Amino acid sequence: MSPLQFCLLVSALLFAIGFAGAVTRRHAILALVGIELMLNAANLNLIAFWRFGPHPELLTGFIFVLFSMALAAAEAAVGLALVIAIYRHKKTSNLDEVKELKG
Amino acid sequence: MNWIVQYLWLIPALPLVAAGIIAVNKQPARKLAASLAIGSMAIGFLLSLCAFAATLNRGEGPLHQVFSFPWIQFGGQWMDIGWVLDPLTAIMLVMVTFVGMLIFIFSIGYMAHDQNFMRFFCFLALFAAGMLGVVIANNLFLLFVSWEIVGLTSYLLIGFWYHKPSAAAAAKKAFITTRIGDLGLLLGMVWLYAQTGTLNFYDGGKGCMEVSALSQMATHLTIGGMAVSTMIGLLIFLGAVGKSGQVPLHVWLPDAMEGPTPVSALIHAATMVAAGVFLVARVYPLMAAGSTVVHGVPVTTALTVVTWIGAITAIFAATIAVAQNDIKRILAYSTVSQLGYMMMGLGVGGVAVGMFHLITHAFFKALLFLGSGSVIHGCHEEQDIRKMGGLKKYMPVTFAVYAIGMLALAGFPLLFSGFWSKDEILHHAREWSVSHVPFFLGCAGALFTAFYMTRQVALVFFGQYRGADENAAKAHEEARSHGNPHVSGHEADHGTPHESPAVMTVPLIILAVFAILLGFVGTPAWPWFHGYLTGEAVQFDFSQLTESGTLALMGTSALIVFAGITLGVFLYGKRQRKTAEEKDVLEAAQPALFKLLQNKYYIDEIYEHTVIRFNAFAAEACDFFDTWIFGGLVLLVSYAALGCAWLYRLMDEKFVNGGFDTGCKSLLGLGSGSSKLHTGRVQTYLRVIGVALVLFVLFLIWGRKA
Repeated sequence: MSPLQFCLLVSALLFAIGFAGAVTRRHAILALVGIELMLNAANLNLIAFWRFGPHPELLTGFIFVLFSMALAAAEAAVGLALVIAIYRHKKTSNLDEVKELKG
Repeated sequence: MNWIVQYLWLIPALPLVAAGIIAVNKQPARKLAASLAIGSMAIGFLLSLCAFAATLNRGEGPLHQVFSFPWIQFGGQWMDIGWVLDPLTAIMLVMVTFVGMLIFIFSIGYMAHDQNFMRFFCFLALFAAGMLGVVIANNLFLLFVSWEIVGLTSYLLIGFWYHKPSAAAAAKKAFITTRIGDLGLLLGMVWLYAQTGTLNFYDGGKGCMEVSALSQMATHLTIGGMAVSTMIGLLIFLGAVGKSGQVPLHVWLPDAMEGPTPVSALIHAATMVAAGVFLVARVYPLMAAGSTVVHGVPVTTALTVVTWIGAITAIFAATIAVAQNDIKRILAYSTVSQLGYMMMGLGVGGVAVGMFHLITHAFFKALLFLGSGSVIHGCHEEQDIRKMGGLKKYMPVTFAVYAIGMLALAGFPLLFSGFWSKDEILHHAREWSVSHVPFFLGCAGALFTAFYMTRQVALVFFGQYRGADENAAKAHEEARSHGNPHVSGHEADHGTPHESPAVMTVPLIILAVFAILLGFVGTPAWPWFHGYLTGEAVQFDFSQLTESGTLALMGTSALIVFAGITLGVFLYGKRQRKTAEEKDVLEAAQPALFKLLQNKYYIDEIYEHTVIRFNAFAAEACDFFDTWIFGGLVLLVSYAALGCAWLYRLMDEKFVNGGFDTGCKSLLGLGSGSSKLHTGRVQTYLRVIGVALVLFVLFLIWGRKA
């Protein structure tokens, strides 16, 4: 098993865990944690493809991931702020009870 | 041109304006209404006098002074209207305004207690305006318009007490009967316009009553070889027959007595019936066109017809009047008879002869009608002469003036105007070259006239008062319930007759004076009237009296009058009836004949069974036609339309709407179905995305392999 395959396997596992968390957890913050995991799995993939790709000297993947992490931080801030706002409004953070957009 | 010619229009315009003001005024302004109407007539009278003076001082000017202006344009032609000032107009103006004014004044007293006093004066003023319009018109069109105003207001005035069914019926009868004549007038007018291209009477040589147009019409022949002028003249004469109550259209005139008595006086003396005679006098040149002159009098077919109709009417109505019991009806038939004389005079002797009788008759007939109004007023609305009697004692003034009127109408020799005017007609009738029958008819008519007037006066003023108290009280009650409570002011004395107030007697006295004096302007010795109308100079010449059998004729007619009066006195004066129910002397002697006369020769009944039945039948036929033929067609069309509409609805509902509805419903189902996917749960969406991703990846993997 080559190192790239190993990395991809880990990343896939991580993505699956994150997805499972995001889908199954009823608590909003835990669902956000799942999403964070999925994002990081993607980052891992990007790093791996850069590290074991044809031009590891160009730093493209690294910078891409750096941006992605910054984005993740911002996203987490927005997500948490949303959760707090919803909690204040509805006195709950259970995602099943937040369904105002039902058609 | 005299200034009065230009301002002649003021004479009819003033009463018209007065009528308008009265009409728009608020109700209880009685004094205003009366003073407006009488004031307008008084000013009109003064203006008429100016016009009269202008015609007297004509000098060498034209006989007909006209003032015309274009009024309506149709096509390339202008219809003129205008007025004419000639002796005929002037004398009529003076007569109408003067008699009209007196009647208006009399009305103040007669209508004093009527609730609709204002309306009455409004109609009176309008009536006078219409009549004056007829008189001044220099245009058959303007004349026709005014003529119709007269017709309309006569309808309104005869039906003034419209709550009485008889009055309403009489008004309708008058309107419809005169309408038959008006149709003739209208046709004549249209034909005249087609023939000459103008309706102006006098227009400096271009008018239709002037030589060039007349000679053209007289030579132009039409159906039956008659000259066009004859046909047009006869059509116009038909209008005069309707308006002036000549046989066979006289039936409305006696019924018109249902109106208030001043109206009867106005219609039967000064205005409406005179309009017909005046019309014939106005178009006399047309009637006389293409004539052969015999004894200085033109003879044409049209004038012969006029003469015969007039003569027949004169004797016909005079005999009916003998057997009537209603004081006003007697006078009404006497009017019809006298109008016959006027027509006869126009036919046999020309304008001056007929017009002279018209003018004298206007005065003494107004006098008689107003006098009868005074009698009716005094007897508490009683009109039956059998229930009067002995009024000489109670109403001396009325008796005196009534006697003058009666003698004038009867043609009592020398002193009274009726004698001179009637004598002139008889004189010309005797010399008439066509036939002597009208002369004998006229003489017989004169005999009857003297007789029935004597009968009336004897029954009304002599003997004992026969109106029992209970009858008077009943009449009193009846009058009051009818809303014309002339008597409500006389609570104290409603058992016996009483003299009328001065506002009623003074006009009577004035009229009486004229009934005597007027005769002297047209005696054979000094035919001023004749000269005035024709524009010839006349001399005072006593020898005229003895010439050409004039004296003999005067003697004959005086004898006839004496015979009539003596007969009347003998039959009715000597032996007065004791009670109101007693049979008439003539009825006892000749019951069948009397009954025939009393029922007016059954003319109304004959019309009832012929003309009216035919009319009803025609109406029913039209109704049948309307209901079944035209109605059926309309119904058919409507059903076709309904069928089309039904088809359209079907198309609309089943196809157009159906399609739309189905489309809408499926869209709606789609929407609600897809809205179910939208649960609002974020994680469900994420799940779906996850599953889709897995499926997508699987698809890619297996797709690559295959």
